[in-house]
Amino acid sequence: MNLTLHVWRQTGPRDKGGFETYRADDVSESMSFLDMLDLVNEELTLAGKEPIAFEHDCREGICGSCGMMINGVAHGPQKLITACQLHMRSFRDGDEIWIEPFRATAFPVMRDLVVDRNSFDRVIQAGGYISVRTGSAQDANATPIPKPDADRAFDAAACIGCGACVAACPNASAMLFTAAKAAHLSYVPQGQTERLDRALSMAQRHDEEGFGNCTNHGACQEACPKGISVDYIARLNRDVLKGTLSKAGSTSGD
Amino acid sequence: MSRVVSLYRSSVGKKSLMAVSGIILIGFVFGHMAGNLKAFEAVGESGVHPLDSYAQFLREVGYPLIPEYGLLWGVRLALLAAVGVHIVAAYQLWRQSRAARTRRYHKPDSQVFSYASRTMRWGGVIIVLFVIYHLLHFTTGDVHPDFEYGSVYQNLVIGFQSVPVALFYIVAVGALSLHLYHGIWSVFATLGVQNPRVERLRRPLAAGLSLVLFLGYVSVPIAVMIGVLD
Repeated sequence: MNLTLHVWRQTGPRDKGGFETYRADDVSESMSFLDMLDLVNEELTLAGKEPIAFEHDCREGICGSCGMMINGVAHGPQKLITACQLHMRSFRDGDEIWIEPFRATAFPVMRDLVVDRNSFDRVIQAGGYISVRTGSAQDANATPIPKPDADRAFDAAACIGCGACVAACPNASAMLFTAAKAAHLSYVPQGQTERLDRALSMAQRHDEEGFGNCTNHGACQEACPKGISVDYIARLNRDVLKGTLSKAGSTSGD
Repeated sequence: MSRVVSLYRSSVGKKSLMAVSGIILIGFVFGHMAGNLKAFEAVGESGVHPLDSYAQFLREVGYPLIPEYGLLWGVRLALLAAVGVHIVAAYQLWRQSRAARTRRYHKPDSQVFSYASRTMRWGGVIIVLFVIYHLLHFTTGDVHPDFEYGSVYQNLVIGFQSVPVALFYIVAVGALSLHLYHGIWSVFATLGVQNPRVERLRRPLAAGLSLVLFLGYVSVPIAVMIGVLD
């Protein structure tokens, strides 16, 4: 199939950037979306032009590196997959495709479709870990965890940190990411000790990084390649409120 | 107090204040709607319309323990405070979100948002403007063609006999119901309600309550327009 691509090109964080139009000819429907971009890049390289920069690593939907807005939808039109898992059979011959980077103040564009998602790492650094010693591998079964809790923790832990939730959110909020990263610890006993502190500091860091706030649209859940539920946001809100109300007054003005 | 201040610092806290003030306002709009339905009650032997005596009751409830108008003004001030918190928090959260994405997408998002969730902010502005008009119309009578203090039923019928005014009320109440549909749905998430049984009831509850509210409110102007109330 032959396609027309409108791709966001930007040479660096300070560049203004703009759309460039490219033709992608003889695209096989079995190609992945990233294969198709590789094809375009080969031609650009042969023509002595700068190839389109985009992030990718595992190309099997696990690493969370790839991520772009394809016709205004994070990771493209198919549900529950990342851009690398999107196949060109989702498009038709003659389609025009607009490809943009994820847009958020907390995700500055580094180059073309590559955005800096270090803000996610800083949200994790603020509390997305446990400080207790849980033993070695053979101790894993020493702490029985009810199956429903284990399942909920695991569903939250499926987050690959790709940033599609932020990209899709009309408020550019990272509450789904933050909530998932707090929830996968808050459902298991090992995460209980620091549970409220974790919720408080992660939510605070979330705001400080310049993400917006959640208005319960549910766009994040729709965009999430791992199908993470917005219910985790309610859980984070609950822990943040609990933490705020139990701590207020007891700490001396920090 | 320090708890409220620390709540106010975070966006989750601001949203919880929006939720709590929203719950207060939801309580009010339902009470107001129930009161409105007094318009349908037949006039008794006293010759005073039940809506007028209900209004009188609101003015003197609790007297002599509470001074006349005491409870009425107490409630009004509480509602004003709730509206103030709701609007200020909404404004600040909107500013935060606006700053979080300064460049919009070229292609508009095709993700599924409900119409109600997309219109929360503008819907809120419309509701504020409507409430101001409504107070000038039926409370102070400044924009009412033939206002008589205390004759609530008569003011109501005369007010709604103007078709554009009645239609404006219907549209405004529609905006309010949409706002509440997303608002009621959101309250549970914002305040962190996690019970799966409640979770299943969220959508039906939000839809049902907003529908009841809409029907309850529009019944009065429609009844005047078709001549059931005169």
